Amino acid sequence: MELKLPAMSPTMEEGTLAAWHVKPGDVVKPGQVIAEIETDKATMELEADEAGTIVSLDVAAGTDGVKVGTTIAVIALEGEDAPSATVAPKVTAPEPTEAPEKDAAVKVDAPAPAPVELTPATAAVFDGATRKQTVREALRDAMAEEMRADESVFVMGEEVAQYQGAYKVTQGLLDEFGDKRVVDTPITEYGFAGLGVGAAMGGLKPVVEFMTFNFAMQAIDHIINSAAKTNYMSGGQMRCPIVFRGPNGAASRVAAQHSQNYGPWYASVPGLIVLSPYDAADAKGLLKSAIRSPDPVVFLENELLYGHSFEVPEGEHVVPIGKARLYREGGHVTLVSYSIGVGIALEAAATLAAEGIEAEVLDLRSLRPLDEAAVLASLKKTNRMVVVEEGWPVCSISSEIIAIAMTKGFDDLDAPVLRVTNKDVPLPYANNLEKAALVKAADVVAAVKSIL
Amino acid sequence: MAKAKGAASAGAGTSGAHTPARKSGAHTPAMKSGAKTPAVKGHMELLPNMTRHEPTADEYRDYYRMMLLIRRFEEKAGQLYGMGLIGGFCHLYIGQEAVVTGLQSAIVPGKDSVVTGYRDHGHMLACHIDPKEIMAELTGRAAGISRGKGGSMHMFSVEQGFYGGHGIVGAQVPIGAGLGFAHKYKGDGGVALAYFGDGAANQGQVYEAFNMAELWKLPVIFVIENNQYAMGTSVNRASAEDQLYRRGESFRIPGMQVDGMDVLAVRGAAAVALEWVNGGHGPILLEMKTYRYRGHSMSDPAKYRSREEVQTMRENRDPIDHAKREMLERGDADEAWFKAIEQEIKKIVAEAADFAEQAPEPELSELYTDVLVGTY
Repeated sequence: MELKLPAMSPTMEEGTLAAWHVKPGDVVKPGQVIAEIETDKATMELEADEAGTIVSLDVAAGTDGVKVGTTIAVIALEGEDAPSATVAPKVTAPEPTEAPEKDAAVKVDAPAPAPVELTPATAAVFDGATRKQTVREALRDAMAEEMRADESVFVMGEEVAQYQGAYKVTQGLLDEFGDKRVVDTPITEYGFAGLGVGAAMGGLKPVVEFMTFNFAMQAIDHIINSAAKTNYMSGGQMRCPIVFRGPNGAASRVAAQHSQNYGPWYASVPGLIVLSPYDAADAKGLLKSAIRSPDPVVFLENELLYGHSFEVPEGEHVVPIGKARLYREGGHVTLVSYSIGVGIALEAAATLAAEGIEAEVLDLRSLRPLDEAAVLASLKKTNRMVVVEEGWPVCSISSEIIAIAMTKGFDDLDAPVLRVTNKDVPLPYANNLEKAALVKAADVVAAVKSIL
Repeated sequence: MAKAKGAASAGAGTSGAHTPARKSGAHTPAMKSGAKTPAVKGHMELLPNMTRHEPTADEYRDYYRMMLLIRRFEEKAGQLYGMGLIGGFCHLYIGQEAVVTGLQSAIVPGKDSVVTGYRDHGHMLACHIDPKEIMAELTGRAAGISRGKGGSMHMFSVEQGFYGGHGIVGAQVPIGAGLGFAHKYKGDGGVALAYFGDGAANQGQVYEAFNMAELWKLPVIFVIENNQYAMGTSVNRASAEDQLYRRGESFRIPGMQVDGMDVLAVRGAAAVALEWVNGGHGPILLEMKTYRYRGHSMSDPAKYRSREEVQTMRENRDPIDHAKREMLERGDADEAWFKAIEQEIKKIVAEAADFAEQAPEPELSELYTDVLVGTY
């Protein structure tokens, strides 16, 4: 019987074969631990389902990026003839999931423009050395670096400490900083969001993790009424330097209550900073800026991106808030997006490029403040625009971009601005329906072609 | 007028000699000052006896002066509201003055922190914030403490450790727990006082805050100002457990029920609470049985209680009248002093009202200031 790497979480696409606990020729019993598999979310033990003899180990211990469904071992079940054991494990060197991004890197982001002045977003050359890092690791490093630098920074949320993070974003923080600064909370979003706000008003810099932003709906009163409005209502006296962070948007097969993009909700609120990075470098650089900001920040991550790797500059890397990033240059059309939508836009751009259509991809990164100057500068260059958004269409970031193009870039428009978004329905569970509801590159390609 | 905590705690340790509680009116707390306070099993033995505070003459005069300032300030605010100078919602504190006066007199301004709901004028005054700045905020003027952008329900003073002034019922409770969290994290020895009403006591987030506060032993004094009515709904019509001091039991938070119409009983309870919290035991819950004479806000139909009930409370349980009688008996002050203090307070309030009426409204450019602190 071939033993295949099982999916151990809704979003697991691959795992690391951390260790083998058996060798060829071993007899295993049901329930016996045969391997350790490290996934996005946790390190888990793989048990034998049935009694048998290990025939071969087909993936070497320590192999990263083993795809779900890969045969990792062969077991002769009891009653089967055991062929002679393969001694040397075959090493499958899997392709790591390659992010579509190639020209990453921000030298320095464009200097602050006056809102009406068109300032193109800058692309991407990192000066110094970089290394490949997952978004998850980049976020963890951002928190760890800021915690080392500032004693008043602490992390709180459900399962952030002993469990090492429900999505492993806070992995290792408890060990380094202890339970005073890495605080496991009860399941009590409204309560700990309010407590975080009070701690921020009292002079600390809380980083409050929501296991997902879907659960933050229970806490949205404190995010908006207590955190976002207090500085204004106090005539500038009462600061609330807090970061609310966690995964946002659709994950995978978790259906409507667990799959929603709150970007448009929070971005509509004056008094909040709303950030939604795509790649690991921006995740790190923006989270560091968020923690240093004297304002309340909603930091929207994406579960599906956590495991993706990108080049991240070594050493100190801070990305300014409020600046879009030119992810790909092109002259025919501008694709505006943020978060996971950037990956979809890049995929569409690659398809279009094969047909001779050069799309510019603009990653907003910051939803509030929103880099209007960069949007308008790109529009002026390409005269056509499609907004790509993993979220609902109505009252969305797309709607806002369209309003900006309409009211401030009307003369530059050669075609209506289109939006390609999720379908206007709660996200369904069934695989085919879910696929049909989510935004995809083919729809972006079709939209672009319709306005050329 | 703030007292060092040591002094307050010493008062709590004494037993016996206290002024007997006055005869209870129809809606007065059943509890008598000085009685052993009900508390959670397991905590009961540890909680010190609550005794009515024995003030010096100076202390009692300070309390009286503060209660009178709050009373006259609120009466004036009511008048200005009637004249159209104050807009929106305006919740007056008249009748409840002893609660905030007794508690605030026991803490250290600037070191300890205070947060409350929207009925906050009295708390501002008891935090020693300039009545002019408060009144100017009520009239929406640039000289208001929130530059006219917060209004009656949203006032703050970082300087005095007053963290609002929150308009969402119950929101101040987890915020207060967070202030306590910050005190503990920084190790600054401060205590957070979170005031809320009997109405807010039914909000879910209150219990989320209780749980974390006890779990993490945060230095927080939760104060329920039970004025008997959540807007127009009496405690009995809204609360399955109407003995609100017991609301912390599930979280092992000890509770005390206190005569909130008696400033010395409040001050005595404050001493016990501070001793408990400063001793590292975690939070404590004080239920202050009090009464508001005026409507919930300025637009109150007053159909949910009888005129007689209000009148009975005013005549028999008024915290200011009671203090005056007792001070005269004790010889802490004479009629001449009361007359003088009345004049002084009248003058302060009149000046605040004049100031609030004459101060200019905010510049239109203020519309866009203070939305964010940073520039991006």
